Amino acid sequence: MLDNEVPQEGNATLGGHSKAVYARGADGKLHMVKSAGWEVEEIVTRQAVDDLNRLAADARQRVLAGQTSALEYHMHKARMDVPMLAQTTGLFQWRIRRHFRPDIFAGLSDALLARYAGVMGVSVEQLKKVD
Amino acid sequence: MEFQHSQASHCESGVMSAMLRHQGLPISEPMAFGLSSALSFAYLPIVKINGLPLVAYRMPPKFIIKGLQKPLGLKMRFETFGKPEEGTRRLDELLAAGHIVGMQTSVFWLPYMPEDLRFHFNAHNVLAYGRDAASGDYLLSDPVFDTPMTCAPEALQKARFAKGALAPKGLLYYATGKPQTPDWSVVIPKALKKTVRIMETPLPIIGVRGIRSLAKAIERLDASAPAASKMFIGQVVRMQEEIGTGGGGFRFIYASFLQEAAELLARPRLNELSEALIEIGDEWREFALFAARMIRDREPLAPGKLADQLRRIAEHEQAFFRDLKRAA
Repeated sequence: MLDNEVPQEGNATLGGHSKAVYARGADGKLHMVKSAGWEVEEIVTRQAVDDLNRLAADARQRVLAGQTSALEYHMHKARMDVPMLAQTTGLFQWRIRRHFRPDIFAGLSDALLARYAGVMGVSVEQLKKVD
Repeated sequence: MEFQHSQASHCESGVMSAMLRHQGLPISEPMAFGLSSALSFAYLPIVKINGLPLVAYRMPPKFIIKGLQKPLGLKMRFETFGKPEEGTRRLDELLAAGHIVGMQTSVFWLPYMPEDLRFHFNAHNVLAYGRDAASGDYLLSDPVFDTPMTCAPEALQKARFAKGALAPKGLLYYATGKPQTPDWSVVIPKALKKTVRIMETPLPIIGVRGIRSLAKAIERLDASAPAASKMFIGQVVRMQEEIGTGGGGFRFIYASFLQEAAELLARPRLNELSEALIEIGDEWREFALFAARMIRDREPLAPGKLADQLRRIAEHEQAFFRDLKRAA
């Protein structure tokens, strides 16, 4: 890649920041060039973010329909999945899945709710409802 | 000496290059990357991130920090903590004593990270070089950004003590002795040989064999289940092109190291190899472009074509590392 070929496409997922890449100058030497972003990177980053948002939106609908608990919604909103939530809370995956049942979630202790809330970065109050 | 922030293409090599420069040994980022033999390829179908296999274009976290100790006679101290408060106290102590402190953090909890890049990746390296007297916020040098950053104490503690895979456990590290300019004619060939050895590991998931295994996995993707197939392809490209790779899955940064090595050792052969690796980096970028076009339906989804492209790259990398072995 030549330094005048470094993409400057204003990748929105970089939030206005630039990134550094190595490209070849006229003298044949590689050097660092600031890039405003490449559309390719934007496409794959957006794809990942959109998929996480889709999972959260889908869970939200099911919470409102009484089919799952707010825990599942907040898990996706925090960009986590069940294996990751199990790792961060130290709970078994089957136990977390059980807490996706609205009736069981409603009976959880404050200590357990605080454990979930802590790893997701929300308050216990927020965790109990969808926004 | 006042700390100078500078942008880098990768967090770990950037942190180490900045730390060494601060210690009076100016080492470029590509030199930090190459000298620690950080280039690699690994396709790990067992390790899942959000249900997708891990693809890595470099060696695992901490490999660069640890790998630079021996060639540069650098002494690093690593500390982890059971309690978050202890980790914060120790950081304050070290900063007060004038140290520049490296830290392992989770990208998700760093408030200055752009929203779209906040994934649960727990091995992001940043340097702390002081605290703002008025607000108490930490002054951070995050190598992937063009300017220094600040971070509130609670947020930094959360980022340093995130749980899950690669949990940092508050890891901080700092230099305890002065590094020395090495005998390049000894340390560079050693580093080159190590990279060749890594890439020629006789395991089907590492190096050229790993690229071929990935090609096979992509070939098997179901074109009639486009959403899932596209997620898989997108993940491969993300690991290759996302912020922190220098583009082309670290191939360009290593090519830059080879150019520097050619000059230091007066061995023009390494310049020729650098040329070959730049071409391979461009091929990785073409692969990314092709994949992104398929993801956006600008091109019909054809996993077989992507697999063929990967096999061509594998062939070129195989030849490249064979030549590097001879040249080292």
